[in-house]
Amino acid sequence: MALKLSDYKTEVHNDWCPGCGDFGIVNAIQMALAEMNIPRHKAAIFSGIGCSGKTSHFIHTFGIHTLHGRVLTFAQGAAISNPEMTIVAAGGDGDGLGIGAGHFVAAGRRNINMTYIIFNNGVYGLTKGQASPTLRLGEKTKSLPSPNTNYNVNPIGLAVASGFTFVARGYSYDVRHLKDLIIAAIKHKGLSFLDVLQPCPTYNDINTRDWYAGTDITDESAKETHSRIYKLEDTGYDPIVHYEEESEINEKLSQALIKSLEWGTKIPTGIFYKNEIITPYAERLMDKIPNYLENPPAKQKISSNGKPITDVSKILDSLQV
Amino acid sequence: MNTDLTWLIGGPQGSGVESGANIFSKVCAGIGYQVFGKREFYSNIKGEHSYFAVRISDKKIHSNVNDVHLMVAFDGETIFRHADEVVEGGAIIYDSDLEETKIDEVHTLDIYFKSRLEKYLESKNKEFSIKGILETAKERGVTLLPVSFREILSKLAEDTNNPKLKGMIRMFNVIGVSLSLGILGLDSKPLLDSIESIFSKKPKVAEINKQVANYAYNYATAKFDKINFSPNSVSKEPNTILVQGHQGTAIGKMVCGCRFQPYYPITPASDESVYLESNEILNVKEDRPGSTVVVQTEDEISAIGMMIGGALTGTRSSTCTSGPGFSLMAEALGWAGINEVPVVITNYQRSGPSTGLPTRHGQDDLLFAINAGHGEFPRIVYASGAIEESFYDTGKCFNFADIFQVPVIHLLDKFIASSVITCKRFDPEKVTIDRGKLLDKIKQKPYKRFEQTSDGISPRSKLGLEDGIFWNTGDESDEYGHISEDPYMRIQMMDKRLSRFDLILNQIPKEDQVVSFGMADHCIISWGSTKGPILDAIDMLKKENINVGFIQIKLLHPFPTEYVKSLLKDVKTIIDVEANHTGQLGILFKQNLGRDVDYFILKYTGRSMTSTEIYDSLKKILGNKAKKREILTHGA
Repeated sequence: MALKLSDYKTEVHNDWCPGCGDFGIVNAIQMALAEMNIPRHKAAIFSGIGCSGKTSHFIHTFGIHTLHGRVLTFAQGAAISNPEMTIVAAGGDGDGLGIGAGHFVAAGRRNINMTYIIFNNGVYGLTKGQASPTLRLGEKTKSLPSPNTNYNVNPIGLAVASGFTFVARGYSYDVRHLKDLIIAAIKHKGLSFLDVLQPCPTYNDINTRDWYAGTDITDESAKETHSRIYKLEDTGYDPIVHYEEESEINEKLSQALIKSLEWGTKIPTGIFYKNEIITPYAERLMDKIPNYLENPPAKQKISSNGKPITDVSKILDSLQV
Repeated sequence: MNTDLTWLIGGPQGSGVESGANIFSKVCAGIGYQVFGKREFYSNIKGEHSYFAVRISDKKIHSNVNDVHLMVAFDGETIFRHADEVVEGGAIIYDSDLEETKIDEVHTLDIYFKSRLEKYLESKNKEFSIKGILETAKERGVTLLPVSFREILSKLAEDTNNPKLKGMIRMFNVIGVSLSLGILGLDSKPLLDSIESIFSKKPKVAEINKQVANYAYNYATAKFDKINFSPNSVSKEPNTILVQGHQGTAIGKMVCGCRFQPYYPITPASDESVYLESNEILNVKEDRPGSTVVVQTEDEISAIGMMIGGALTGTRSSTCTSGPGFSLMAEALGWAGINEVPVVITNYQRSGPSTGLPTRHGQDDLLFAINAGHGEFPRIVYASGAIEESFYDTGKCFNFADIFQVPVIHLLDKFIASSVITCKRFDPEKVTIDRGKLLDKIKQKPYKRFEQTSDGISPRSKLGLEDGIFWNTGDESDEYGHISEDPYMRIQMMDKRLSRFDLILNQIPKEDQVVSFGMADHCIISWGSTKGPILDAIDMLKKENINVGFIQIKLLHPFPTEYVKSLLKDVKTIIDVEANHTGQLGILFKQNLGRDVDYFILKYTGRSMTSTEIYDSLKKILGNKAKKREILTHGA
């Protein structure tokens, strides 16, 4: 029986601020799950701490609201133990690129088959608007006592450099496009990263919905708006690594990195980089544990009538004197 | 004739001290001796002093003693550091080329030890050299057995027409072991067999080692008298294994169905994970092969996060670490607590605080294990006293975790981790697996992960289970697992989680909580690996018709207050034995029983206790000559 979009919603009251960009992301995740018709018990949303951390409570799948900065660790543990699950990790930019930056890099190296979505708004909303790692140097959002003294992290660039094999960016007010990106990310064989630009209406008075829409750079006389956001796929950009050759991989990597530096009046969205030639973690495990995927940790039988069935006699024989 | 002997081998780290000791232990265990060996080493890869003390006996032994009967040294530092441990009637085999070595020429001797050594030699009127220290040993009645290790190699090189042998100083360990076995009068065949099995994959290396062993063995038997030791007085007990500390829990984890172990490298814990990974594919009776997925993570925070993620899928999951790593796990431990996730953290303690003595022993983390993490949540802290015990306890810890849905901290330590012992072959038949209220199918809908039940424990679903969807959060939550800040819900949930302490104390069998080794007016209380030396010390006293009681407390949190109280009701003097400074079990006693400990026997040098020093302290206590705190110092 096909599930409806409403089946993926919970009745939990959503306490995000009116106009918050997070709503679009939750809707897009629910739409993606519904469109892919993923049974609800086969999916798990892991989340970090902060406004975005509440995401897992709004979606009717398994929902694991973890610790600040640690969402990837919990999610990867579940994904390794039960690779049949569709695992989506979600968290803020401070969560994933500040306190959790070490896990971000390490996750890229592993390339476990799952999806990581960062809600990127440049501020720590739930603690009243401090600068997040993606806020630019010298910018002063409204609750900062003085302009930001740190250079910003480039999430797309960091993901590409860390070994993520699917790297994309969405915009929370283009829900359909975002939904398509989430579907592509879930379908990707390996670790997917989605950087979602998500205006915080309460604390980020620089990168607002209007700012992304380009109202400040609109040519009044022409009576048209020039949205800052554009789609890479509309420009003929090809993010895919097609064959296993150093030159091909390097070209696609550097092209993604150069694109990730675009900001200001033109902000690219869409898929920056996709590489299915690099083996996912499960395949690497299968090199040493051939039946890992058919008999992963969560599926293994360990006892019969309360007694262990693991036979360690060979190991004990080797210790026998 | 002596039937209980301690053999010590020392040398620079990386020079084969450990493999030498392994060969010796294997040979002795193969003949039928009980073996208790322990390794001491610096936080260093190559060059610093490491040593292995192997005690062999015809009777069951649980610890090291202070006395060394036969020492083999192929470097100067070993002689400087250990010559005074060799007792009258004992012997020192040493490389005669070292005789002229001066204290100042041994660069790895630290200034503090050097100044103590010089003072000692000065008081004995000896020169500051190997010769000087050996003279003091000789005057005490120690036999000196000088052998030129290089000459052995050159002679053998000539005899076998293999000039390469001449410079193979990495053979020194095999020479030392072979000389030792010759002097002890033990057969050479087990020696050659064990070399063959150790190098089974490198037949050429095995051959050269065997040649060297044979030569050195014959050299010793021809040249030296046997020392006072009665060989071949033992018969091999069937089903004996020679096992290292980290293997007990590792094999325990395989048997009880732990299938996921993320970890971050740390001494002395990582050996366990490496061993698990080396044996990752598991034979399973009447089923396809299973596997333990071992993941090396980026830090301990990731290790505990992954472990919890694995446990949420229903997999028995674990990690192993030591103090500094466990400190990093504190926040996530609370998450496991509030979300009632069954996980087992194997914590091999070492000396803290901070990096402390990174490769040395300690029992400093008892109170931290009990209190780690902010807020109040249920957990179990459980300590094993020996390697054999740790195998069976590992299975119990996983059952406790599943039954009570709490994180379990299984406390072990460096002493256990780097010991090697003979014991009865582990019996997996004695292990039971109880997954508690883990569900395979959801019967009652809608499913509520934190449903209020009569015993406070809710049926547990797992990720992937149809109709078993749940939510988890580090926030306080309602029965579904959704965030709730309602004050009444808060009371319900706190009560639900924390009522578990009573349940744990009522349901864990008493004999698994506290082990009593007999009662007397004087009774020792202790926990963890001090058990071995305590048992041996009590045996020594028994031979003098002195009875001292001993209770080993295994369940340390929640504390079995009433049971311990009943056991100790007639005890007049309580003696707390622990490898830490503050007497942490004594603090727990005061807190839970309202009773002060009368004496402490404590050691915090980073070296494990010997039975000799516990015996000595007990004698002082029994003779009313002891201080309230007896501080032990033995060991280099």
